[in-house]
Amino acid sequence: MLNQNPLWRYIVVIGMLLLALVYALPNLYPEDPALNISATRGGTVAEETRLQLEQSFRSANIAAKSVVLEEGQILARFNSTEDQLQAREIASQQLGANFVTALNLAPATPDWLTAIGATPMNLGLDLRGGVHFLMAVDMKAALDKNLNDMVQTFRTDLREDKIRYRNVQADIDRGQVQISFRTEEDVVAAETALRNRDRELVFSTASDNLTLLVSISEIRLKEIREYALEQNITIIRNRVNEIGVAEPLVQRQGSDRIVVQLPGVQDTASAKEILGATASLEFRLVDEQGDLAAALEGRVPPNSELYYTRDGRPLLLEKRIMLTGEHITGASSAFDEYSRPQVSIKLDAKGGNMLSAATRDAIGRRMASVFIEYKPGTEIGEDGNPVLIKQQEVINDATIQARLGRDFRITGISSPGEAQNLSTLLRAGALIAPIQIIEERTIGPSLGKENIELGVTAIQWGMVCVLIFMVIYYKAFGLVANCALVANLVLIVGIMSMIPGATLTLPGMAGIVLTVGMAVDANVLIFERIREELLDGRSVQQAIHHGYDRAFATIADSNITTLLVALILFGIGTGPVKGFAVTLAIGILTSIFTAVVGTRLLVNLFWGGRRVQSLPI
Amino acid sequence: MRIFSFSQPLNFMRLKWPAIILSTLLILGSFFSIATKGINWGLDFTGGTVIEVGFANPADLTAVRQTLTDAGYGDAVVQLFGTSRDVLIRIPLRTDVEQAAVGDSVIKALNAQQAEPVTMRRVEFVGPSVGAELKEDGGLAMLVALIGILLYVTMRFEWRLSVGAVVSLAHDVILTMGLFSVLQLEFDLTVLAAILALIGYSINDTIVVFDRIRESFRKLRDTSVDDTINDAITSTLNRTVITSLTTVLVLVVLFYMGGALIHGFATALLFGIAIGTYSSIYVASAIAEILGISREDMLPPPPIEKEGENTDALL
Repeated sequence: MLNQNPLWRYIVVIGMLLLALVYALPNLYPEDPALNISATRGGTVAEETRLQLEQSFRSANIAAKSVVLEEGQILARFNSTEDQLQAREIASQQLGANFVTALNLAPATPDWLTAIGATPMNLGLDLRGGVHFLMAVDMKAALDKNLNDMVQTFRTDLREDKIRYRNVQADIDRGQVQISFRTEEDVVAAETALRNRDRELVFSTASDNLTLLVSISEIRLKEIREYALEQNITIIRNRVNEIGVAEPLVQRQGSDRIVVQLPGVQDTASAKEILGATASLEFRLVDEQGDLAAALEGRVPPNSELYYTRDGRPLLLEKRIMLTGEHITGASSAFDEYSRPQVSIKLDAKGGNMLSAATRDAIGRRMASVFIEYKPGTEIGEDGNPVLIKQQEVINDATIQARLGRDFRITGISSPGEAQNLSTLLRAGALIAPIQIIEERTIGPSLGKENIELGVTAIQWGMVCVLIFMVIYYKAFGLVANCALVANLVLIVGIMSMIPGATLTLPGMAGIVLTVGMAVDANVLIFERIREELLDGRSVQQAIHHGYDRAFATIADSNITTLLVALILFGIGTGPVKGFAVTLAIGILTSIFTAVVGTRLLVNLFWGGRRVQSLPI
Repeated sequence: MRIFSFSQPLNFMRLKWPAIILSTLLILGSFFSIATKGINWGLDFTGGTVIEVGFANPADLTAVRQTLTDAGYGDAVVQLFGTSRDVLIRIPLRTDVEQAAVGDSVIKALNAQQAEPVTMRRVEFVGPSVGAELKEDGGLAMLVALIGILLYVTMRFEWRLSVGAVVSLAHDVILTMGLFSVLQLEFDLTVLAAILALIGYSINDTIVVFDRIRESFRKLRDTSVDDTINDAITSTLNRTVITSLTTVLVLVVLFYMGGALIHGFATALLFGIAIGTYSSIYVASAIAEILGISREDMLPPPPIEKEGENTDALL
């Protein structure tokens, strides 16, 4: 008999719908205003801190829904935004500068849903409010600095190899270094010598045969760009953590762009200030003769200054700076020959000379690396923005084993993680390419909320209109199509919630509304086909069978082309257009599934394989 | 219930030349308008700063303009946005001040003037390079989409139909952009998304008609090409109209309830769908016909997927 389905098909389709429904559920629960409390770099949040906070919330008469410690962070939930703001004051007063308190909206997903990994959809900034920055890394600055370093290096190298040159200069426009000589023999000798030192250099001679033109290979250029970008991303990540934002996003985009998204942040001025602040690095000798105990009491020796390490250990450092971070060209963590973690540092030529001179008489002494950063304090300045406070800390101190040059390493680091951290900080202090904000979008919290409401109302009413139309036009079959339409919406929301990378934006919501309108298309095609078959005089069962059969080829062709468009949009578009493409693509796939597979099951269930004289279509 | 029920196929192709002349005129008109009036590119494309602020009371635009002029933003465009309490301020790209700081300084200036502080609803700054790139990317996206469709339709159908489909898509895009130019509506990122969605929608429509044309060619043996196409269009007419109707229904809802940010999107699609429905009936088929499509081109029949096979694959 035609138009009958095996039981397993029903089970599979119902199973899929239930799964989507369960994963769509978390979106129905409202979010709690919450506080995220985490320790600044290196610190930890202890259970004591949590108890303390709970205590002070209670004494201030703030009813916290819950205060829990998870993954090294405290999450405190509240009933209202007023409570949340008040609690933030208390928390930042009590915890001081070693902790970051961030406002957050924590999803109030019930535990049983969290346990199976069901979370609400990610909302784009246009729906939840916040700041979006697009920054461009100034690659030219990085390449120019590299050229200037090359000039210094060549001078030193040629001098060491006793090759006489007239002049070494950088031609920034052409991206090359010009070295002029007195004789052609010197040109040849210099080329051989420099090539032996660095295989990645590309040589050519100018028309006068006395000038050597040196540039760097494409591979090296790419390395420099990558390095500059990575370095900036690392620094921005560190800074963003200091601003105290829950769920920040720092991501590279293309070859020289960085996207930063800070949900919930409204004060763009201070965010910009923090992101743009400069960090620097200094190497200084440890003053081991000085009286540390006296210094702690306020009597610091005249040539020294008191510093603290990250774990709070005091250190006396000499005032004289041996080297600053601008001379660092690279820092990476690795393992030494005994597979102990170490950090290797590369300096430019000038830095190498400086450090070499400074460490000549200091073998056996200790050298400290000081990281300096500017951070917004609690005090508000005249311009209404927080005053930046200079923060200095010793990130490492190690004994100088030998006279140091352009390449040296720091060993004796306790763990690979620590080595990684140290190399990151060293690079951060040596920022070579400045960044510039080229796009900024700030959405206020009220607008975000409004956008969600508008989107949801539009989807609801759009649905209602289509549902009514379908019932009027196709009667019982219209009801079947309506079931498919509702199932389609559940599937879209469920899938959007399941895919971790999918973000719902306002254009995305428009995409859902459009899908609702277009999703019935497949059913219209099928139903029109069935009507035609009936008019042609086929039996009811034949008509259903052929209707679905014939319409499917059309549905497949037309939807594949639309899907093609969605994929192209996703590939080429950015931000909101991408969001739109994702919902459109998901909508097309789910609508084919519900409109073709889903309705067929219902139609077969009600009318298939029976002696029916006419169809309510 | 049926909207149309015809015993004989309607003679659509009788009007193919008037339709093509009309479309050509409309396209020329669009080009003329785009060339002379230009397109009112939004912030996303031109770069600059847009600030949306909420006032506690209905806003006095003259006072706001004065405040901005005093603060050195004499070139700002101030208008109400959605309600009388929402004000949208556009400031073109500037060279004299730090670009990214314009938003903050405008809000500060407004707050200094108002008794009750304004609420920042939205600040968007787009640098000059970003805007230019977006135009390029958008154009590229459209081009790639059209080429992709050209290839796919050639593969699945036939090159004449493929040319017809792509010309009709280009027709829809050009006319929609022409409308935005004539009415000087703002063309922003959401409108770009709408035009790309329109390409998706319109090709959907066209393919449905083409599918039927292919089928009719095989079914009706001794019929002229014109009559075959007429038969195909007539039998898909109900579907074309109903789908357009449901889509228009939700777009009208979106237009009225989706908020001011989504207006451009809804406008572009509403107009585009009307144009797209017309073009998949007339432009696409007529061009394929004029290019000389015949029954022989549709043979040997390309394989048609079996419904059973495909549903199995989907499950």
